[in-house]
Amino acid sequence: MSSAVAIRPPARPDRAESVVTEGRAVRWGLTGIAILFLALFLVLPLVTVFIQAFAKGWSAYFAAFQEADARSAIRLTLLVAAIAVPFNLVFGVSAAWAIAKFEFRGKNLLVTLIDLPFSVSPVVSGLIYVLVFGSQGLIGPWLIENDIQVIFAVPGIVLATIFVTFPFIARQLIPLMQEQGTAEEEAALTLGASGWHAFRTVTLPNIRWGLLYSVLLCNARAMGEFGAVSVVSGHIRGLTNTLPLHVEILYNEYNFVASFAVASLLAGLALVTLVIKSLLEWRYSADIAAGARRH
Amino acid sequence: MAEPPLRPRRRFRQPSVIPGFGLTFGYTLTCLGVIVLLPLAALVARASGLGLSGIWDVATDPRVASALRVSFGVSLLAALTASVFGFLVAWVLTRYRFPGQKIVDAVVDLPFALPTAVAGIALASLYAPNGLVGEQLAKIGIEAAYTPVGIYIAMVFIGLPFAVRTVQPLIVEIDKEIEEASATLGAGRWHTLVRVVLPPLIPAVLTGFALAFARGVGEYGSIIFIAGNLPYVSEIAPLLIVIKLSEFDYGGACAIATIMLGISFVTLLAINLIQAWSRRRFGYV
Amino acid sequence: MSFTPNARRPSRRKLALALCAGTVCLVSAGFGSALLISGAALAQTELLNVSYDPTRELYKDINAAFVEEWKAKTGETVIVRAAHGGSGSQARTVIDGIPADVVTLGIPSDIDAISRLSKKIPADWRTKLPNEGLPYTSTVVFLVRKGNPKGVKDWGDLVKPDVKVITPNPKTSAGGRWNFLAAWGYAYEKEGKSADKANAFVGQLYKQVPVLDTGARGSTVTFAQRGLGDVLPTWENEAYLVFDEFGRDKFDVVVPPTSIYAEPPVALVDANVDKKGTRKQAEAYLQFLYSDKAQAIFAKHHYRPIKREAAKAEDLAQLPELKLFKIEDLQGNWDDIQKKNFDNGGLFDQLSKPAP
Repeated sequence: MSSAVAIRPPARPDRAESVVTEGRAVRWGLTGIAILFLALFLVLPLVTVFIQAFAKGWSAYFAAFQEADARSAIRLTLLVAAIAVPFNLVFGVSAAWAIAKFEFRGKNLLVTLIDLPFSVSPVVSGLIYVLVFGSQGLIGPWLIENDIQVIFAVPGIVLATIFVTFPFIARQLIPLMQEQGTAEEEAALTLGASGWHAFRTVTLPNIRWGLLYSVLLCNARAMGEFGAVSVVSGHIRGLTNTLPLHVEILYNEYNFVASFAVASLLAGLALVTLVIKSLLEWRYSADIAAGARRH
Repeated sequence: MAEPPLRPRRRFRQPSVIPGFGLTFGYTLTCLGVIVLLPLAALVARASGLGLSGIWDVATDPRVASALRVSFGVSLLAALTASVFGFLVAWVLTRYRFPGQKIVDAVVDLPFALPTAVAGIALASLYAPNGLVGEQLAKIGIEAAYTPVGIYIAMVFIGLPFAVRTVQPLIVEIDKEIEEASATLGAGRWHTLVRVVLPPLIPAVLTGFALAFARGVGEYGSIIFIAGNLPYVSEIAPLLIVIKLSEFDYGGACAIATIMLGISFVTLLAINLIQAWSRRRFGYV
Repeated sequence: MSFTPNARRPSRRKLALALCAGTVCLVSAGFGSALLISGAALAQTELLNVSYDPTRELYKDINAAFVEEWKAKTGETVIVRAAHGGSGSQARTVIDGIPADVVTLGIPSDIDAISRLSKKIPADWRTKLPNEGLPYTSTVVFLVRKGNPKGVKDWGDLVKPDVKVITPNPKTSAGGRWNFLAAWGYAYEKEGKSADKANAFVGQLYKQVPVLDTGARGSTVTFAQRGLGDVLPTWENEAYLVFDEFGRDKFDVVVPPTSIYAEPPVALVDANVDKKGTRKQAEAYLQFLYSDKAQAIFAKHHYRPIKREAAKAEDLAQLPELKLFKIEDLQGNWDDIQKKNFDNGGLFDQLSKPAP
């Protein structure tokens, strides 16, 4: 997004620039502070993960992924994300459409309710499903009577993951679609396009980068969720342990190298997410800027 | 199709030529209901088994009160820090050019994507007295890990992207001409910043602050590794929920959860009202 | 989805459609995967042992030995799965419906809680297996830094002014509860059976705790990896495990003259095995824990077997003689012990209140 505000080429560089920006010293100073702050709080923890993961060399690093439990954790994590992310994608687009393209009463309340999972403690996010599906819960006894295991099994993990990542896509799309307004869709409809057609050919191209990026973030978060999943997982080895839980298990078995190796996989996922995002912005910056300027 | 009087519906929603409201709105409500509201209702129902006075008793229990104080107090400080530095980072990223800018921009999202447990373990090994940063801090007499300072560090970590990402798009949108006008009229740079540039950004800064705050209050995974978890000192409210659960005290756990939920809900509602207000006032979010 | 152009008003039919779509999506997301998993589970008999934190390494060996023996005896292949976590939270997952066949927890009161709150285990579970459901016992010893620089020899040394103690939160950790009870029992005997003085001693001890982790494993990491504290009172088996994992050159084990007789019990989860039809295998698994083969494995992992003759001499040599007291002899039955010390408002809560 930042590339959209390239400073226009000034006639007299120094003079023209100086009225809309700070002095050179201030600029470098502020940049320095910002980078130092980010390095200290964000980059250093990430670097630590990789340093610890490779503390005993490559072979120890890769040995961590040979283990059957690690593999089943990877499989489970992929399965959970494969269900949770598409679900949230459909929900996010649908919610953003209803909220951004229409005016109705109680909209702020609706948006707040969608936001709610952001601020619910992960522990609570897990607990609520235990209260519903646990054998002391609302419908748990009936489910168990009928041999359906929800918590301490994959469905519970999926539900908790969906809950935690629930606002991600919707929240990213709502402001984007609000900003774009409804004029283009209205024009398409007037020209006889169906609603679905208008969405596919007008709305979707406008939001695709935001959509893609929010899906990536949602995916990273879905694979990385720890607190909520830990409450509903039951920690059964080889069955209900996701990658973040496996990290904790290895850590608690004093197997620090393997623990950080698995963690580095998740951190790597985070990095890949960020790299793809940057690549998209770089490759399509003209596109995005054009989209932003159209209004 | 016979169209019966639509008075109540019309009042609920302004008419529009765009289709799909029923479908998308219905689907949104269904998902919201099943995934979020129903389970949360179960939580509140379980807590209400204690009665209002029971919940009040839990909230005013000195240990719970102190945990809530730690969670909300430290989160407030952390959100403040995240807002100040988040604003700075957002400003630097949009207004200045420097080498590696894209990388720095990408790094901001790291806490969104990094699993909290991994973050907690990494932060703990960094800030422990024998860790890379902890050692330096210990030399100047600051104990970071296993004190409320540790909680603060973890909360800043997870709150920062919220603070940056809510402000950044707005700084992009600022019309340079206004700044030029201000400068032309003889205002100094500082004056222009404080009087002209900053005021329209305040709602966004508040939003980022509130999001970081709400997220910090509930955080568990990254904090337990780096907080000392001492009762009355560094015990956070989510940990107390876990402790209550270990005592098989579901009512008490739900009561604390409900209190936190209520506060989060009010905070978030306030943010969204601010945003709606700012959209009317300034024409954008 | 509607493809009709200009469908402007949300019709009732569409709303219904949306509701259906939402429900279908949810149900398929949730339960489709349930079938996937349960389908896999049906093929073979699976036992689930829900256990406490420090037994991870132990039950890896035990389970492998049991699977082998059961195969030789009956020709049936069973899979024994293990779930590990804090003893209290493991008990809670059983109450909330994890399909555990057997529980092997850190402290008797956690099995009592399952029995009381869910009725999945009969109240008289102690009578179902030999030795009150204890195939092995353990005790609490001290792990100190190499050369024991603070000179910690006995429980009394833990409250010396410059000694920092690392111990887990007794609310969430069974090991934490044994540490608490061991310290209390020591002071009670030492101070002429004065409960008040014992309370004061334990109160002072917890004032010298800089970090209260949620589990025994967390405390060990804090002590061994992060370098905090001077002494780590911990399960005997944990202390030796640290030796193996972190190297003997960094730490010493100090065995105090007296300590507690720690009782980590096992029990069958009756309601679950009857529902799953695994009673035969689950009972055999529990009986196996009392066999010579299992007893030798316990000793190898530094737990105290109840049949010492089954264990190897070199393993027994690692388990020194010391005076062990039973907390029931000092405080009564387990319901009282749990309530008096650890429940909300109990002794631990009172002691952790800041001085007014």
